[in-house]
Parts: sequence; C-alpha cells; structure tokens
Amino acid sequence: MLALTLILIPLIGSLVLLLLKGSSVGSSKNTALVVSLATLAVAIYAFTTFSTQTTIGVKYSWMKDLNINFHVSIDGISLLLVLLTAFLVPLIIASTFKHTYKNHASFYALILLAETALMGVFMARDIFLFYFFYEAALIPVYFIAAIWGGKDAPRITFKMFVYTIFGSLFMLVALVYLYMKGASAEIDQLATTAKLLSPNAQNLLFWAFFIAFAIKMPVLPFHTWQPDAYSESPTPATMLLSGLLSKMGVYGLIRIMLPFAPVGVANWGQFGMVLSIIGLIYGSIIAIQQNNIKRLIAYSSFAHMGLMAAGVLSGNINGIQGALLQMVAHGVNAVGLFFIVKIIYDRTGTRDLTALGGITQKTPALSIYFMIIMLGSVALPLTNGFVGEFLLLKGVYDKNAWLGGFAGLTIILGAVYMLRLMQRSMFGESNDITAKFKDVSGSEVAVLLPIAAVVLIMGLFPNVFLKITEPAVNSILQMMK
Amino acid sequence: MYPILVLSVTGLVTLFLGFLKSKKILLPASLLFVAVAFLSNLIDWNSPGLYFYEMLEASNLSILFTSIILLSAFLIMALSKGFIDDEHAHPAEYFALLQFSLVGAIMMTNFQNLIMLFIGVEILSVSMYILTGSDKRNLRGNEAALKYFLMGAFATGIMLFGIAMLYGANYTFNITDARTLLLQPVTDVRPVFLYVGVTFLLIGLLFKVSAAPFHFWTPDVYEGAPTIFTTFMSTVVKTAGFAAIYRILEVSFSPMYNFWWVMVVTMAILSLFISNITAVSQNSFKRMLAFSSISHAGYMLLAVVGLNNKSGDSIVFYSLAYALATISAFGVLMVVSKDRLVDGRPNENIAVLNGLSKKSPFLAAVLAISMLSLAGIPLTAGFWGKFYVFADAASRGHIWVLVIAIAMSAVGIYYYFKPIIAAYMKDGEGDNIQLSSFYKIILGFTTAGSILLGLFPDLVRELL
Repeated sequence: MLALTLILIPLIGSLVLLLLKGSSVGSSKNTALVVSLATLAVAIYAFTTFSTQTTIGVKYSWMKDLNINFHVSIDGISLLLVLLTAFLVPLIIASTFKHTYKNHASFYALILLAETALMGVFMARDIFLFYFFYEAALIPVYFIAAIWGGKDAPRITFKMFVYTIFGSLFMLVALVYLYMKGASAEIDQLATTAKLLSPNAQNLLFWAFFIAFAIKMPVLPFHTWQPDAYSESPTPATMLLSGLLSKMGVYGLIRIMLPFAPVGVANWGQFGMVLSIIGLIYGSIIAIQQNNIKRLIAYSSFAHMGLMAAGVLSGNINGIQGALLQMVAHGVNAVGLFFIVKIIYDRTGTRDLTALGGITQKTPALSIYFMIIMLGSVALPLTNGFVGEFLLLKGVYDKNAWLGGFAGLTIILGAVYMLRLMQRSMFGESNDITAKFKDVSGSEVAVLLPIAAVVLIMGLFPNVFLKITEPAVNSILQMMK
Repeated sequence: MYPILVLSVTGLVTLFLGFLKSKKILLPASLLFVAVAFLSNLIDWNSPGLYFYEMLEASNLSILFTSIILLSAFLIMALSKGFIDDEHAHPAEYFALLQFSLVGAIMMTNFQNLIMLFIGVEILSVSMYILTGSDKRNLRGNEAALKYFLMGAFATGIMLFGIAMLYGANYTFNITDARTLLLQPVTDVRPVFLYVGVTFLLIGLLFKVSAAPFHFWTPDVYEGAPTIFTTFMSTVVKTAGFAAIYRILEVSFSPMYNFWWVMVVTMAILSLFISNITAVSQNSFKRMLAFSSISHAGYMLLAVVGLNNKSGDSIVFYSLAYALATISAFGVLMVVSKDRLVDGRPNENIAVLNGLSKKSPFLAAVLAISMLSLAGIPLTAGFWGKFYVFADAASRGHIWVLVIAIAMSAVGIYYYFKPIIAAYMKDGEGDNIQLSSFYKIILGFTTAGSILLGLFPDLVRELL
C-alpha cells in the first residue's frame, strides 16, 4: 500500500490543482508544496520501516490476457531513488516561490505529474509498467520546458523529446522481444530467460538498452540535446531534468540492462565505458571554457553522468554502489547549483561569468551555501560527492586500470571548472551589475539549507544509504551470474 | 444482425423525414436511429450464429467491430451539428446515406459469404463517393469525388475479379468451406486461380483502407471532402475494411499464411515509410491527417502479419483508439477552421491552430491528447494500440519489421507534435472560440476515452 500511496498522492494532487484552475497563484503554490511534502512524509515513513527482509509492494492485474501487472515494490535501490525524488520535488516547487508563472495551476500540476511518473519508474517491477512510467515522466517535463521556457525553447525541447523517445523505442523493441521469449513481464522472472539467449541476441539487447538509457542520461555521443535543453528550459524543468530524469537512465542501466543483458555487458560494457569516460573528459573540458553559468553546470552534469554510466557498466559491486550514491549526491547538488544560478540570474539579469564577481561581499550567506554545494560537487571528503565518486573510480579501476586512470581525471577537471565558477562569480571586486546584489531571502534559504544539510550528512554518514542498497545490488549481481 | 435491419429501415425513414419543413429534427432522429442500432447490435452478444441462409455470421468479434463503427458514426454525426444542416445542403440525404453506408460497413464485419463482402463494400463505397462530392460548389470536392469514384470503382472491379477467381478455385463463396478445402491435402499443385484470387481480393480491400501502394487517392480525397465526411472515411471505412481483411485472412486463408504474409508485410512497410516521410512536410493539417491515416493502416497491417488468435483483439483495440483520437482531431479542426475562410473554403493549415491554448484551453487539450494518442505516447490509448500490434508481429518472430515500424513511429512523433507546438507555443490571431456545451460533451467523451483506455486497456481487451 505504501508504494501505491507514493504514486497516488502526487497524482491526486495534480488533478486537484487542475480542477482548481481559477484559484490564486499563492494557493496553487501552497497546494503543490503541501502535496509534495506529504509525499516526502510517506517516503520517510517508508525509509524508517524499511527492512531488507520484508518487501513493500502491491501487485494488481493490469492486462489479464497478456499477464502484465501493475506491480510496484520497494527494495533498497528503489527506496533510495524514491527518497531522492520525494526530497527534491518540494525543493523544486519551493524554488519557484519568487516567480509567478502564467497558468500557474497547470504548471504545478505538471510538476506533480512528473513526480508521479518518477515514483512509478523507480518502483515498477513489470517491464511494461516501467516503460509506461518512463515515457510518462518525459511528457510533463517537456511541456513545462517548452511552454514556460525561453524564446527558443519549443525547438530545443522538441529536439530533446524526439531524441529521448527515439531512444526509448529501442528499449520497447527489446522489452517486447524479451517478453515474447519469456512469456512474462516480471523483471525478476525475465532475468532467468535472458540468460538463455544467444550471445548475438544479448549483444543486440545490450545496444537497445544502452542507447535508450544513454540518451536519457546523457552519455557521449548521445548528449547533443542536453546542453541546449538544460540552458533554455525554465529552471524548475532544468532541475527536474538534471536532478531526476537523468537518474532514470542510470536506474534503467542497473535495473533493466544489467540483469537482462549480462553477456552483452560482458562483451560490450568496456566499449560503453570508454564512451562514457571520453564524454566525462570532453564535458569537463567544455565546462572549463564555458562562460554561461547555466551551460557550465549543464556540462558538469554531463560529465558526472558519464562517470556513473562507467561505474554501472563495470558491473561490480563498487561501481554500482558508487553510481547509486552518486545519483543521489548529484541530484541534490545539481538542483542546488541550478537554484543558485537562478538566484544570480534573477538579481543580475545575466548568466555571463565575465560580467559577475564580488557577490560574496554583498551576500556571504549565499556564497557559503554555494561553497558547500560546490565542494559536494567536486567530491571533497566529508561531502556527499566523495564516497560515491570514490566507489565509482574504484569500480572502474577494478574493471580496467587504464580506464580508471582516465576517469580519475574527473577529480582534477571537476575542481578546475567548479572553482573557476566559484571564484569568478563570488569572489573578486564587485562591479556595476553585482553592486546591488540582495541577500538571500527566507524562501531561498528554505531551499538551500536542506540541500546544504544533505550534502554534509551524506558525506558524514554514507553508510546509512550504502547499507540499504547493498542487498538489492547483490541480488542484481546474482541475477547476472 | 439487427443493426443491418434497423439501419436499412431508418435510412429510408430519414429520407422521408426530409420532406418535413423543419430540418432540425434530422440530426436528433439520426442519432436516435444509430443509438437504437447500437443497442440492437448487443442482442447477439455471446450468442454466435449464422443468419440469412448462412450469408452473415454474428460473433463477438464482429459485434465489437460493429460497435466501434456505430460508436464512431454516432460521434461523427453529433459533431456534424451546424455543418451540414444549413439550408443550402440536403441534410436528409446526407444522414440517410450515412446510415446506408453503415449497413455496408456492418456487412463487411460479419460476412460469411464473399458475395456479401462485395455487396457490403459496394454499399459503403457508393455512399462515400456521393458524400465526398456533397459540397457541390467546391471544385476540390468535385475533383476528390471523381477521383475517389474512378479509383474506387477500379479497385472494386479487381476485388470482384478476385472473388470470381476464388470461386473458380474453390467452387464456393462460403469462407468457412473455403478453409476446409484448403486444409485438405492435394496430390498436385493448387490451381493458380486461388493465388491470383487471394491477391486480387486483398488489393481491393487494401485500397479501401488506403494502404500503400494503393493510397494515392487518400490525400486528395481527404482534403477535398467536407471534413465531417473525411472523419467518417478515416474511421468507419477503415474499421470496416480492417474487419473484412482480418476476417477473410483469418477464417479462410490462414492455412495460406506463407503465401500472403510477404505481400501484406511489404504493404505494411511501404505504408509506414511513404506516409510518415511524406507527412513530415505537410502544411495542411487535414492532409497531414490523411497521411497519418495511411500510416495507421500500416500499423494495423502488422497485426495481420502477426496473425494469431489475439490479432483480432489487437485490431479492435487499435481501431477504437485510432477512431477516438481521429474524431477528436477532426472535431477540433472543424471548429477552429469554420470561420477562418480562405478562398471561400475553411482554412485547414496547421497555422490555423496557432495560439489555440489561449483561445480555447479545452480545444487545445483535446487536440494535444489526440495527437499524443495518434503518436502512440504512453498514458493514451494509442500507445497500447501500437503495443498490441507490435506484440503480434513479434509473436511471429518478425523483429526486423518491428524495428522499421518503431523507427517510423519516431518520425511520426515529429509531425504529430507540430499541431501541439502551434497550439501551445505560438501566438495566433482571432478571438476566443466559443464552444457549445454539446460539442464539449462529444469531444470530452472522445478525449476521456483516449485517456481511460490508455490507463486501463483491459476495459476493451477483457470483452473478448
């Protein structure tokens, strides 16, 4: 029941918002916030009652004659991502409180609809239910990005939409094929079927899944939609895309690709890792040269996703555990960083790094939050990025020492672009543009404080999270044998 | 069986109602007649049997097809309010012809004898030829009607030729007997008539559902005909055509699968390729929907290619999903283009939808959901429709066909999003659109249907 509540609360919330279309901006915002906080409360309750022995889940018949079920269930991996989603959506909603969006009821309804679908993706145990939610998550975010985005948003977000749908159609072919072979749509049962397939079929399955998820994350060379989409979308959509939707790609690699194409991963995984790590280095180098701060963080996201993909493809416990931890860390940090970009842009009207500087003098509070989140992003020990990145690099290194070495460049390159961003925007002399920079307001602190707190808590106690996911990761590794 | 009787009689009654001074009664009366036919259709549910000297057969599948046809017809007639009942038109004749054409369509879903199939196709087609040209003062309409008639008559001729050949091979018109004959082992080769007959029969039917390469009439006829009849053509005629194709291939010629599947799969792929690629560059919304109709014929043919005991259900579901979305789309187009005349004709360009979300949020939502459903995006009925036909094709192991079909649905997303982008992200001119509550109910129904079937596809699948 708990799993179902997590899907139903945001769904009902979004319907209520749509029905109350005539209400004021304030009530739309508050309704959305309350609904998302209620979801968070349920997610935390699930976290406290969670144990690896009992499973939390429900299974209803959805299509009887095809043996397709509405089967949602929470294991350690799901729980981690459910928590991430439930934690980030209220923050994303709170981050919009300073801004009045036209058609506000639809705007917040779409955010909650996206939350519904994300919850579904992370809990689905039926391949077609997974696919259903996976696609359904994109639609609201596409509309948020396209309707409330910048001038060029319709074209750019449309590119994103077609690109990602094109990728997931490959996944659909692969899923239908597996379903036909296995006569079941349960993820756990199909994993046994997948092992019996010929190496050739396994390789094809690997590519179908890899392309689908690589576009979503994105991984080189499927990333061309990402920088434009991230920088042209309105900030809430960018937060959803980078904080949560990109995680669906990594989650798919772990939940779908590893158990369904173990032989394919063995044959082609290293190739995928090479692509991911080239993407990591390439994204970092572009980020170093970027002057548009929103694009800079977009490229840094791209680089981080590359490392996560490489970790999962390494197919060992460290790589996967690291990817899981890093998904949470990156999700939290990305939302924080994009929010800071929004704060800077709202006050100065520019995202140009060369025009900024000296903000610290005007608002030390903002620069402290910025510093904490930035340190998390460059994976300094005692922040949330460290353990994940360490495990990821260990996983990649165990698979292939050379790749591990190259992936290790992320530590240096990440520090270069993030410190450059920090230094150029926050420090130095203030100028005409930043001279009147106002201090952070209460509602902004309400977003930044939880993020900064999580950055530190996750850095200090990573074991809380690693312990939850370990049995689930082990069972996936077991399936691959 | 009853709908055939009901509609034959009520069609005549409608003609006589035309003598009345007030034309206002025609629409409610016709709606009532179709509703009665719909209910009478349900009488035979779960009691299959042969009727009229074994000429027609009622089965649950044929009843479902008939229901979809009558439901679509009901919705389309309801949408015609204010479009064909003005004083210049001849509403009595239109409504009577629509009812007669339904008789033909229903015969195509439950024929047991090839002669009945032929008669059904003819009744349906002849009515449609007239209705296509019903806007007499419109040159494009006249051209469309003539084109449709010439090509349609030719196709029917080929079909009749095929039926004659089949009679020559089997000495029977009964489709069940033909199957029995096919299952008997023969010492020497089967007569070549048989193969030619099957091919010709299929060509005739594929023409009616506008599958490539017999689709050349579709864009022009769809564009030239009054939108209300275009809607009828793309839903009722297509459903009836696929019901007939499925029935003849499943009941009679499934033992010859190895012969005809290559032909059908070629046409499916051709339809998908030609329509999707061409639709990308269309500026006219109506023409785009014409190409979309060809592409959906291609998808439905995939269910025929993957012929198994579930394909019938897949085609039923697909027809329903497609009909609901198409009626929504055409309904929106009719309202939006009504008062925006270009050269005396409604402006049917995609640009006419610009800024629709501001002028009428309801219509914009209806349009968006119908486009998403046609594109086969999850949460809508169109997704499961595609899913079922893909699963059918996969069950016969045609994975490569699936890959092509899926690549083409990605292309489809591109053009189905053009109207959505126009409605939501572009600014348009013109005033807010006032919509009668009657229209809202009909379009609300089709849209809710698309969503409901997208969430609970078993609502229809469970019926069989």
